[in-house]
This record gives sequence, C-alpha cells and structure tokens, in this order.
Amino acid sequence: MKNRLKVLRAERDWTQANLAHAIEVSRQTINAIETGKYDPSLSVAFKLARVFELPIEDMFQDTEAT
Amino acid sequence: MQNQLNESANLASRTKTNTIRLGLWNAAWVLSMVLAAFGPKLIWDFNTPLSVLGVLLNLGVGFKMISCNKAYLKGLDELQQKIQFEAMALSLGVGLVVGLSYELLEDIKLITFEPEIPHLIILMAITFMIGLIMGGKRYQ
Repeated sequence: MKNRLKVLRAERDWTQANLAHAIEVSRQTINAIETGKYDPSLSVAFKLARVFELPIEDMFQDTEAT
Repeated sequence: MQNQLNESANLASRTKTNTIRLGLWNAAWVLSMVLAAFGPKLIWDFNTPLSVLGVLLNLGVGFKMISCNKAYLKGLDELQQKIQFEAMALSLGVGLVVGLSYELLEDIKLITFEPEIPHLIILMAITFMIGLIMGGKRYQ
C-alpha cells in the first residue's frame, strides 16, 4: 500500500511528532507508515483522514489494485 | 489540528505511567518471590501457615503484575503492540523449542547436570529483548 502522508504533512508544515500526537500514536509509527514499512489499521487511517480533512482514498492507494 | 493536539491524550505520558507501574509491581513480585523462597528457612522456621501465606502473597502480586502488563500493552499504539507481539512470539517459540531440546539433553545423557527452569527464563528474557531490538530496527 502506498500513501501520500509525507507530502500531505509537508504541505501543512507539520512535524512527525505533531501528527503522531494528534492521532495518538508514536512518532515511530508515523515514520514507519510514511516509509511504507507499516500499513496502519482502519482506525488509524480514519484518524489520519480526519486530521488531514481528506477521504482515505486520497491518502492511501492499494498498489495491488492498480 | 490544534484542537486534536489539545484534546488527544498524551501517549508518551500514559506509556510512562504504565511503565513505572509495571516496573513497581515487577519489583514487588520479585521481592514476594524472595520472601516466599527464603522466608521459611530464614524468618519463620518452616511454619506452614506462614509459608502458605508467602506463596499466596507471591501469587497475588504476580497476578497483579500480569494485569499491569496487560494495561501496559493496551496503552501502547498499534505498531508498538505489533513489535511487542512479535518479540513475545519469538521468545515463546524459542523457549518452547530450545527448552524441550535442553531437557532432552539430560534424558539422553548428553549433559550431566539437571536443566533448571531459571535457565529457560533467562533464555526467554534475552530472546524477548533481542526481539524488541529487532522490531525497533525493522520499523525505524
């Protein structure tokens, strides 16, 4: 699964720590998601969508489907 | 974003609190184990009711420690839980496989000393720590 988290975060000038705090995960988790080492649960994906005010599909792309 | 920053509970402070609580109950459990193990001989001269009380206290504190560990794990975020889960799986697997082989060594006379449970616990603890370090590096 690919994601645009790093780009979206940079556009808003947020640090990984800011984002981690906002969705109540560790900074390590944000970094692992951004680098594609870890795919988040639906719960975390929805929290990210809320924080970025975007639909989930605008943030995550299923690479197997494309 | 700012509201979410303000409203969100602080994961780091919650983890810190849970870690301290777990550490304290862990220490209490070790102390109760020492009391149950050495109390009969050194303090109450094998008085049966006191020995039973010592064992019950050790069990009670042990169960409280387990409950604190559960709270600690539940308080972590999902990636941290995954790292802990993988480390525990490694530790349990290695403990089971190596533990049984170790026991076998004595049965088939390849070693002369009797395998002890503490050896297995030390092995599992070391394996768990290695699993945590590996997990931490994998998701860095």
